[in-house]
Amino acid sequence: MTQADAKPATTPAQTVGPYLHLGLSWPDGPLVVPEDDPQGVWIHGTLYDGARHPITDGLVETWQADPEGRFDHPDDPHGALSRAGFRGFGRCCTDAQGRYAIRTLVPGAVRGPQATMQAPHIDVSVFARGLLHRLVTRIYFSDQIAANTRDPVLTSIGDPAARATLIADADSYGYRFDIRVQGPDETVFFDV
Amino acid sequence: MSSSPTTGYVRDHASHPPLDYPGYRSTTLRHPTRPLVHLPHTFTELTGPLLGDRRLGERDHDLTCQHEGEPQGQRIIVHGQVRDSGGAPVPHTLVEIWQANAGGRYRHANDNWPSPLDPNFTGVGRTVTDAAGRYRFVTIRPGAYPWRNHHNAWRPAHIHFSLFGRAFTQRLVTQMYFPADPLFDQDPMWNSVPVDARERMLARFDAQATEPEWALAYEWDIVLRGREATPFESDT
Repeated sequence: MTQADAKPATTPAQTVGPYLHLGLSWPDGPLVVPEDDPQGVWIHGTLYDGARHPITDGLVETWQADPEGRFDHPDDPHGALSRAGFRGFGRCCTDAQGRYAIRTLVPGAVRGPQATMQAPHIDVSVFARGLLHRLVTRIYFSDQIAANTRDPVLTSIGDPAARATLIADADSYGYRFDIRVQGPDETVFFDV
Repeated sequence: MSSSPTTGYVRDHASHPPLDYPGYRSTTLRHPTRPLVHLPHTFTELTGPLLGDRRLGERDHDLTCQHEGEPQGQRIIVHGQVRDSGGAPVPHTLVEIWQANAGGRYRHANDNWPSPLDPNFTGVGRTVTDAAGRYRFVTIRPGAYPWRNHHNAWRPAHIHFSLFGRAFTQRLVTQMYFPADPLFDQDPMWNSVPVDARERMLARFDAQATEPEWALAYEWDIVLRGREATPFESDT
């Protein structure tokens, strides 16, 4: 019985299955900031499978720092800072075309390992029917060229084409970030 | 800049199913083929949404009283403790569940197998763990249901669980199963998990927590990843 164990083993992951929308969709899920926040941008894209078909039963979740690079969390090195109207967390189920969209603010730079600075980025979890465990990726921004070239995570990826899968392209809504779960231009996923 | 050594979270690959599991056909086109890239645990991974009870409605933890009438089926209490792999309780964390009704039907537009919907059952619950990491739901025991993965495939009865913990790294979506289900042998979800980890998805019948002339009870403890014991990715 696990209750008596001092050091219990972790619970296995399972797929969200095809009916994930029931439990995991929130009406305000995509709104990390209120929709009328003048600084807000849409980060949007399509989730694709290995046959280049859109994944219509998926969920994209995001977690990020605020524009000053701070997290509303006691483990932030500066202490938790709650920024009014900013949740840091977003979630959006993919629609019938496999699309998702998150309304948020572009994060600031965040300290990295060994006194490095990380370029502005957003952590992403991908869930779907057919995914027995979540996939983790990161969104970086196409207009943060100098910061991206110094980012310790991006620079750890040798192949420029693979690195490019983590860069969201600026467009008229904000930024476009497609996620390809499998295939020749497969998105880089992380062992977190 | 001041030094603030941080410790990462334990990596627990041995607990989890592989992303490529041919027995579950939907993984075929939905698993990455390139190796995952090691991600150090920076502040982005060491923090995470602390959603607390701000999202809860009064009846969210009791799936049997969300409608005018009571749902059909066996009323059960599902409770347990959320801890991390260091043994510490995970307090004040959001737990979300969803499930089929007693006949194995989900209230979802894409579920149309010939088993009736229950007008008194939505099958969605939310709660927040207390200071000791404990959670408790009242619901009905879900039914098994058929799917098209292989000939005459049936999913064992289960409840979907979603947990956040207190860090992006601890996020977990899983399923809770019931003891001695005869459908385990043919279920690829259950069998995708390493043999010695499967029983961690299994609830225990809890006679003590039953309520006389009211409800049966199951206990299920959930374990999220804990902190590394030694400093990791120090930023000195």
